[in-house]
Amino acid sequence: MTLDTLVTTDRPPVAPRRRPDSHTISLYVANQPGVLARIAQTFARRGFNIDSLVVSPGRDGRFSRMTVGATGDPEGLEQIIQQCLKLVDVVQALDHTDSDCVEKELALIKLSVPAEGRAEALQISEHFGCKTVDLTETSMILQATGDTDKIDALVRMVAKFGILELVRTGKVLMVRGEELT
Amino acid sequence: MSDPQPQLDGAQALLMALERQGIEYIFGYSGGAALPIFDALETIKTKMKFVLVRHEQGATHMADGYARATGKPACVLVTSGPGAGNTISGIMTAHMDSVPMIVITGQQVTWMLGKDAFQEADIFGITMPLVKHSYLVKKTNDLPRVAKEAVHIATTGRPGPVLIDVPKDVSQSPFTGDLDPDMDLPGYNAGGPQPVHVEEVKAIAKALAKSRKPVILAGHGVMIAKAEEELFKLAVTLNIPVTTTLLGKGVFPETHPLSLGMLGMHGTAYANKAMVEADLIFNVGSRFDDRIIGQSAKFGQHATIVHVDIDPAEIGKMIRPDHRCIGDARQVLEELLKHVQPTDTSEWTAHLDGYKKKYPLHFKKYGGLKMQQVISELYEVTEGQAVITTDVGQHQMWAAQFYNFEHSWQWITSGGAGTMGFGFPAAIGAQFARPDATVVAIVGDGGFQMTSFELATAVIHKLPVKVIVLNNHYLGMVRQWQELFFEDRKSGVDLEGNPDFVKLAEAYGAAGFHIRRPADVGKVLRKAMEINDRPVLINAEVVKTDNVFPMIPAGKALEDMLIEPPKHKMEKPVGST
Repeated sequence: MTLDTLVTTDRPPVAPRRRPDSHTISLYVANQPGVLARIAQTFARRGFNIDSLVVSPGRDGRFSRMTVGATGDPEGLEQIIQQCLKLVDVVQALDHTDSDCVEKELALIKLSVPAEGRAEALQISEHFGCKTVDLTETSMILQATGDTDKIDALVRMVAKFGILELVRTGKVLMVRGEELT
Repeated sequence: MSDPQPQLDGAQALLMALERQGIEYIFGYSGGAALPIFDALETIKTKMKFVLVRHEQGATHMADGYARATGKPACVLVTSGPGAGNTISGIMTAHMDSVPMIVITGQQVTWMLGKDAFQEADIFGITMPLVKHSYLVKKTNDLPRVAKEAVHIATTGRPGPVLIDVPKDVSQSPFTGDLDPDMDLPGYNAGGPQPVHVEEVKAIAKALAKSRKPVILAGHGVMIAKAEEELFKLAVTLNIPVTTTLLGKGVFPETHPLSLGMLGMHGTAYANKAMVEADLIFNVGSRFDDRIIGQSAKFGQHATIVHVDIDPAEIGKMIRPDHRCIGDARQVLEELLKHVQPTDTSEWTAHLDGYKKKYPLHFKKYGGLKMQQVISELYEVTEGQAVITTDVGQHQMWAAQFYNFEHSWQWITSGGAGTMGFGFPAAIGAQFARPDATVVAIVGDGGFQMTSFELATAVIHKLPVKVIVLNNHYLGMVRQWQELFFEDRKSGVDLEGNPDFVKLAEAYGAAGFHIRRPADVGKVLRKAMEINDRPVLINAEVVKTDNVFPMIPAGKALEDMLIEPPKHKMEKPVGST
């Protein structure tokens, strides 16, 4: 008996750990005007969609760290990474999809929760280690951190309350151990 | 160390920095936002020469021609908005063909940026995908560093155009900085790994030793790296036939018995057949352009593929090689020569010699004046020593087929971009670069009319550029495709209304000749070559509907090459244009 036959179809299937064509690329770039546009253009020109993008100052303020989540075929992505590396302002670009790293994102989820549902919502929130950062008579905002799969699972769980708004930072990552990202 | 010159403004500092970087020529067109820089041309003494063109596109192609005749970059100086916009085709042409170029655009004052001010255009944003790098300079004191970095980036590694957008307040504010500052390019890797990867080179040498049917495919990268001598040594030592790309023409002497001429869509039959039958394809300095591989899935199916390129992004972009080496062509070939052993390829070269005899490039000498005849006779008259520039189309392909080169830096053509209007201004740039050379622009009647106004520029500077307009009153290559693939429905190709080009040339003060009969070609060409104090235009009235063969229809494999006109109806090509 294979695993597939054990999965019942009356509930949503458990999302696989990662879609095979989804990638996380980390770039270290000189903090120059236009560098984001150049990188975005490199992806767009080859028909790649950027799913998430985080830009923040690096340890050295002259540089920025970019973490790009993108979907597409691996060969195309390899070409895009090479094209990114060619950009004068890009110091480093690496696909971290299969490397050993810590990968996190933060989400704010605004739920419509009347008084009678609050207890259950708070229970789910606690289970996922969320913080309740805002609470009113009819709504609450959950702050969740974790990897993408955890946030996806949380979103599915609280969907029944009615999600008024959802903001996710997109993932950031860092290689484990002493090795640098 | 700062030079104590407090009286300088930004524009003057910029020009001094450009001169320090070895810039010799500035091709340009003035305008409001560039006024401070144009004023600096008058107020600062430099050795740089300014050439006023008639259209900004012309300036870019002149800088391009200058660079392709010397290997050194020239500068383009234009104003903001439409002035900057008119440089697009030229920047794209240089980018596609890896040509160094510095483009300086004037810009609105910084506090008006993004406010739709007069002649404001976001040229930094517009050109982003067309440049190797670009700058929007915000601080006057940054100008010398930016100029230094721009020239360094444009000329090293895989060369390309660099744009510097200079707001007017930045160029006219006082300069108080360092005229020769350090560069700050932490992300720029100019020349591949240093030294070259010896293990990769050894693997290539091993593959070459095993091969009995090898072919060298040499591209523009060999010329940029000045690796012609090493390439020659490799080919001769191992007795390997050499084919070149369109831009690589001349990196290996085309009259040498090992030369297969140009390959690709309109390359020689024997070069393309060699690619199909080879057991090893050694590509040095070519990017496996779609025009030479035909169908990527079928390309080099039976061959071990080796790719040597300075640009890592080219490895595996079109064709996944079995062996690779990233680096400067000269350094890699120098290393490779230490590891190769002579191999026996005599059976293979004899086999290819058979193809050369069976499928030579030829044309029918009867039935009117042919472009091929004009080019062949030009080759004879100039003894193969002229610098030749072209536009794009039939005349370009026939020029590539019938003008052989012994050396590089003699052949200047718009390859990747296929830019009409390129040839004539590129010839002007080449003539400035090499005043003593015979420079001939071979152009079509279509392309010439896109930049013919630069006759004024050529006349003012008394440049003895020769322009041969191969005039078939059609956009010939498009018409050829329409004949072959679109049931000869001619759409948008009839150039009815062409002017009398000789009268046009004379109106500008250039000399002009007509060639109407095949018998007159040599005589007129020789007469034209004697004129050396002004440009000469030759209008050759060639047959209207001739077609270029061999031809590999776009998207077809090299095996599907048509050596002669097809007898059957052709399907519409599905490959790249």
